[in-house]
Amino acid sequence: MHMADALLSPTVGVTLWAISATVLSSCARRVQQGDQDHLVPLMGVLGAFVFAAQMINFTIPGTGSSGHIGGGLLLSILVGPHAAFVIIASVLTVQALFFADGGLLALGANIFNLGLFPCFVGYLMVYRPLVGAAPLQVSSRRIGWATLLAAVIGLQLGALGVVLETSFSGISNLPTGTFLLLMQPIHVAIGIVEGLATAVVILFVRRARPELFLVDACSISMQRPSFRRSTKPLLLALFTTAALTASVLSWFASSQPDGLEWSVAHASEGVTQRQPASTLHAMMADAQQRFAWLADYKRPVALLPAISANAESVDATIQKDGPAVDGRGSLAGLLGAVATLLLVLGIGRALRGRRSKP
Amino acid sequence: MSGLGDALFALHSLDALASRPGVLNRMDPRAKILATLGFIVMVVSFDRYTFLALLPFALFPIALCAMGDVPLQLILRKVLTASPFALMIGIFNPLLDHTTQADLFGFGVSGGWVSFASILLRFSLTVSAALVLVATTGFYGVCGGLSQLGVPRVFTTQLMFLHRYAYVLAAEAARMSMARELRSSDGTGASLKTYGTLLGHLLLRSIDRAQRIHLAMVSRGFDGQVRRLHPAHWRHTDSVFLTVCTLGCLLGRGVDLPQFLGRFLLGLTA
Amino acid sequence: MTAPVVEAQALSFAYPDGHRALNGISFGIERGESVAVIGGNGAGKSTLLLHLIGFLRPTSGCVRVGGFTVGRDTLTQVRRMMGMVFQDPDDQLFMSTVWDDVAFGPLNMGLSTEEVNMRAREALEVVGASHLAARPPYRLSGGEKRAVAIAGVLAMAPSILIMDEPNDGLDPAARRRLIKLLRGFAHTQIIATHDLDLVLELCSRVLVMHDGLVEADGTPQEIFRDTALLGRCRLEPPLCWQSINPPMSQEA
Repeated sequence: MHMADALLSPTVGVTLWAISATVLSSCARRVQQGDQDHLVPLMGVLGAFVFAAQMINFTIPGTGSSGHIGGGLLLSILVGPHAAFVIIASVLTVQALFFADGGLLALGANIFNLGLFPCFVGYLMVYRPLVGAAPLQVSSRRIGWATLLAAVIGLQLGALGVVLETSFSGISNLPTGTFLLLMQPIHVAIGIVEGLATAVVILFVRRARPELFLVDACSISMQRPSFRRSTKPLLLALFTTAALTASVLSWFASSQPDGLEWSVAHASEGVTQRQPASTLHAMMADAQQRFAWLADYKRPVALLPAISANAESVDATIQKDGPAVDGRGSLAGLLGAVATLLLVLGIGRALRGRRSKP
Repeated sequence: MSGLGDALFALHSLDALASRPGVLNRMDPRAKILATLGFIVMVVSFDRYTFLALLPFALFPIALCAMGDVPLQLILRKVLTASPFALMIGIFNPLLDHTTQADLFGFGVSGGWVSFASILLRFSLTVSAALVLVATTGFYGVCGGLSQLGVPRVFTTQLMFLHRYAYVLAAEAARMSMARELRSSDGTGASLKTYGTLLGHLLLRSIDRAQRIHLAMVSRGFDGQVRRLHPAHWRHTDSVFLTVCTLGCLLGRGVDLPQFLGRFLLGLTA
Repeated sequence: MTAPVVEAQALSFAYPDGHRALNGISFGIERGESVAVIGGNGAGKSTLLLHLIGFLRPTSGCVRVGGFTVGRDTLTQVRRMMGMVFQDPDDQLFMSTVWDDVAFGPLNMGLSTEEVNMRAREALEVVGASHLAARPPYRLSGGEKRAVAIAGVLAMAPSILIMDEPNDGLDPAARRRLIKLLRGFAHTQIIATHDLDLVLELCSRVLVMHDGLVEADGTPQEIFRDTALLGRCRLEPPLCWQSINPPMSQEA
């Protein structure tokens, strides 16, 4: 599922943009260095292929409902994770610009969730080790299982990304635990769908055009990406995953209200929080110290100094009690809202009228 | 496959709007891109319980639609079609948050509803800003603006080619899908195996096409770098536009305009 | 006797899977000649064209263009002299607007912006597509796409034009416009086509291919009168000749 601008805070949005942009630059540079000019049209066409393929559905066996491919894993198998990442980022950009799938600020988060995880975790860390360097010799069964596992893991992480991004942004009231319960199981199913779809296509292509799976043929560099060569984006992905996981742990240990009582109550059964000697608690407290700033709601507003006129209302999110507004205030608000809308629409009409005048 | 048809239409209808003459359409894409990004960041920087203060921000997409002669209904329709996810997540807010955040003539309005409304408004504003950007700049213009702003050439070229061939491949996919449907015994969806061969064939044909495109490029002297003509030139109007948008956003962010306006009007009547 | 501008000497080619597409082809084409390459599907027409422009390397024999033997180190010079119009214009119109596509070649040649603009303008004028300059390719009709593809090639000022099935997908009006356009060119033209009526109108020479060999080489009138040859090569006389002599009457 795509992340939306409406649920993001600037901090989270910009952070993820920074990460995605860094990885994108690094992958783009790598593709360029490969000095294979046939990749220019190939990547573009593969992007168009993914775009078109996402509109074709198949019937999920046993359920009767339909599903479609995401494409990150498939592309990684064909052209390697770096080119695949660039392609997926481009598909998501087009979807954000034309179909409002997500939004421009959330694009960074979406590229992170739906590009980084399938390409660098799903493909590189799961599929490649399982299938090995000679994919033509591997049995179909093995490829099927590897694809399935890679897809499920990649999508699980992507879904986890959405949950954490929403929670850290603080716009939605949905408690992290509930959200996780909603997202993760659904994405196991979606992951299976993705794995099945990818597997059937890969197996078909392997049968019909085995030369595409030879070392030199589609891959972006003369050498197949190996653990040693593609460490930078991989490390970045690992670090980010670790940081996010640690933040989640710290959040559970923090004293923030906001529906966490529910999750904490269920998660900490058996763990007595009042034992400072407990290693787990000390670890979590330490993590909280280091990562607490991510969970601080004040941050997004404080980042825009001198214009946080609503700063005092930010405290409301933490204190659960809103500012008291009297009757006259609410009338003013209503009147102001109507007046604002009329003004805005009037200006719009005036501008349009002025345009059409010769 | 009506979804496919709609998607294809969407891909090109926004572009078609951008190719028409107009002062906004002629503006440097960089100015429009920066203004849109700034607008979106401002809108999402409000805290969750803000609703009224967000209203004046609607001026940005509405004014740009007017200046670029973009039909507002088109943008609104797209916003509606894209809303399910935000709706689905946002609806939890009224269900979970029962704190009193505002007082409407003596009735307490729960924070959940305020934040839900805020989410919907943010969603509409940010999404329409992005759509208006494409409708007034064109996808090609946006790519050019992005590459002038420093986005890697590999990526902007990728976007260009994707856009160019999305329609071609989607049309091919639609034809193959229709052919399969006409020959399926009970009109049901494709089985997994059929899907695999259908998509597999489409993939192989796409790869072949990419090879032919490469031949065509190389036969006209392509050496790896896609060169472009007419990089946009930053003009005076672009600076004015960007400044006005920035100041407007800062004003809207700093002052709760509807409250201000409302009190002013009440003050007049008192 | 001037040297041929395009020459094939004992050209042979086999695909990696063993299929022998060309089996020792030799011919010479003079400057300004308009030559049609005809034959059934699988005869080797497209393979031959790809050799001329240097995309495929012969298994044996060679291709010479403008005095250069086509090889890895002469590709740039060869491709400056030759312009190829592909069968599917969508493969060739890969830029976002018509103008950018026509300017693609000159830009790659390293010409100045003014020169590039001038060439693009002139090329579009020649094919009658100046009004399409700002349009994206997906909003062009088949005939318009074909015209723009030709303009893109013309902008590089080649002396030799190679066309693979230029009539493919054109309606009769667009086809007529194409014939008129090509008739006005002074370039050396090599056209691979199934449209034998076009050959009659445009070409002074016909190469008939069959099973990777040149079965016949002569004027259109000579070739099309030889019904046995045509039959052997999976061909029929031009449609405008068939009303006089319907081939169906020859079958039992």
